Amino acid sequence: MNSLISLEKVNYQIADQHILHDVDWQIPAGAHITLTGPSGGGKSTLLRIIAAMISKTSGTLIFDGQPIESYDPIMYRRQVSYCFQQPTLFGETVADNLAFPYQIRKQVMDTQRVVTALNNVGLSERTLHQPIIELSGGERQRVALIRNILFLPKVLLLDEVTAGLDENNKQIVHAWLRQLNEQDHVTTIMITHDATEIAAADQLAKVVAGRLEVHA
Amino acid sequence: MNLAVNNTSLFLAAMLVLVALGISLWQKLGLDRDIVIGVVRAVVQLFIVGYLLKYIFRVNNLWLTLAMMGFIIFNAAWNAKKRGPGIDHALAISLLAIFVSTGVTLGVLVLSGAIKFVPSQMIPISGMIASNSMVAIGLAYRSLNSQFHDQRQGVLERLALGAGLLDASIAIVREAIRTGMSPTIDSAKTVGLVSLPGMMSGLIFAGVDPVRAIKYQIMVTFMLLSATSLGSIIACYLAYRNFYNEQKQLE
Ligand SMILES: Nc1ncnc2c1ncn2[C@@H]1O[C@H](COP(=O)(O)OP(=O)(O)OP(=O)(O)O)[C@@H](O)[C@H]1O
Ligand SMILES: [Mg+2]
Repeated sequence: MNSLISLEKVNYQIADQHILHDVDWQIPAGAHITLTGPSGGGKSTLLRIIAAMISKTSGTLIFDGQPIESYDPIMYRRQVSYCFQQPTLFGETVADNLAFPYQIRKQVMDTQRVVTALNNVGLSERTLHQPIIELSGGERQRVALIRNILFLPKVLLLDEVTAGLDENNKQIVHAWLRQLNEQDHVTTIMITHDATEIAAADQLAKVVAGRLEVHA
Repeated sequence: MNLAVNNTSLFLAAMLVLVALGISLWQKLGLDRDIVIGVVRAVVQLFIVGYLLKYIFRVNNLWLTLAMMGFIIFNAAWNAKKRGPGIDHALAISLLAIFVSTGVTLGVLVLSGAIKFVPSQMIPISGMIASNSMVAIGLAYRSLNSQFHDQRQGVLERLALGAGLLDASIAIVREAIRTGMSPTIDSAKTVGLVSLPGMMSGLIFAGVDPVRAIKYQIMVTFMLLSATSLGSIIACYLAYRNFYNEQKQLE
């Protein structure tokens, strides 16, 4: 089967610290993968490499048939979108954040679409004009998540995005992510330490001490 | 003219240095060495500059004047560079920014007839423009460095959303330009009320009618606004890319 993303012998080193060891990973288009493993194992590092936020030290990474180096990093990141563990919002209001993906594409914000997205993750239209300092941690997390999907990427890389949410909102976000995967065909990789999320995983992968273990 | 300073009066005024030295020794500030070095340097440097300028004004040669202006601009760029540690090509960037800001400002002044193209006007005015541009650029560099450090996460998030480097940095770049310009704008607001600035004080000292002197000060206010805004914007727009690597990642 053809992989959308394929990693071969990917290593990542900083100075003499070897953070990822020979990672081989085939990620089929449309996959919905749950990535877990002990703290400090290298999960965030692995997703940041796939998102072109940092560069692997050695090995190959193929996206959509071409090596990652052959893409313009800016255009690539619009296709392979990474949502940070503990994201921060920028500017003054929620609208500043949600208008940003439109600004960088020289478009005006599609308010209808933005409001729908807010509703999809359990936030109301009122949130749009709220100053970011007034938002709760869980609300910020969800606003950050929406920034990544206003223009649908091919791949969505989610770094513990449900960690700050209560059970109810976790359910809402899960249902929404599943819909993005099933209806919009967004390939998703989701990092989590949450036992329920791990138990519910379609495909599970683990990073332990810089090595990847893929479970069927 | 009633300018009375001569070698004897200077020598007697040197007693003022003893006040500073005395305080340093009495309060054990450990500054006595620095005070002596500072005073000696100031005296030597100013004497050299005095004789050099006297010579340049007397020969009144175009190339010599331009060379002196080039020397001032280079020194200003060198000093601005030192305030941007970690910024590659800071010397070249500063040189271009100071050269353009000084050149454009001087050009307007000369073409408008505000100053004449003679060494005794071009050289001091170049020095004022270049040094203010230098301070503005230095402040802008410091602001870029501290903002790229403090707002690292925000920049990373913009990049992750697929922003180009300018889109990811624009808020920082704007703030740095603002930082570079703001002392000039602040001092324009208080000029004459808090301090009588150097240009105007000097003219008044030399016996010029204060109403004429303030016209020069107004010109200086205009020229410094132009110099600091041009210097800051050029330096910031050329320097921000330095914070990213070839793969358009934040370093
Ligand atoms: N820029 C860096 N400089 C130095 N060490 C780093 C850097 N980035 C990551 N590391 C180290 O790499 C290892 C893996 O970090 P990473 O953030 O990928 O772990 P993780 O699996 O996401 O952990 P967690 O579950 O706690 O988020 C850690 O030991 C971390 O200290
Ligand atoms: Mg992590």
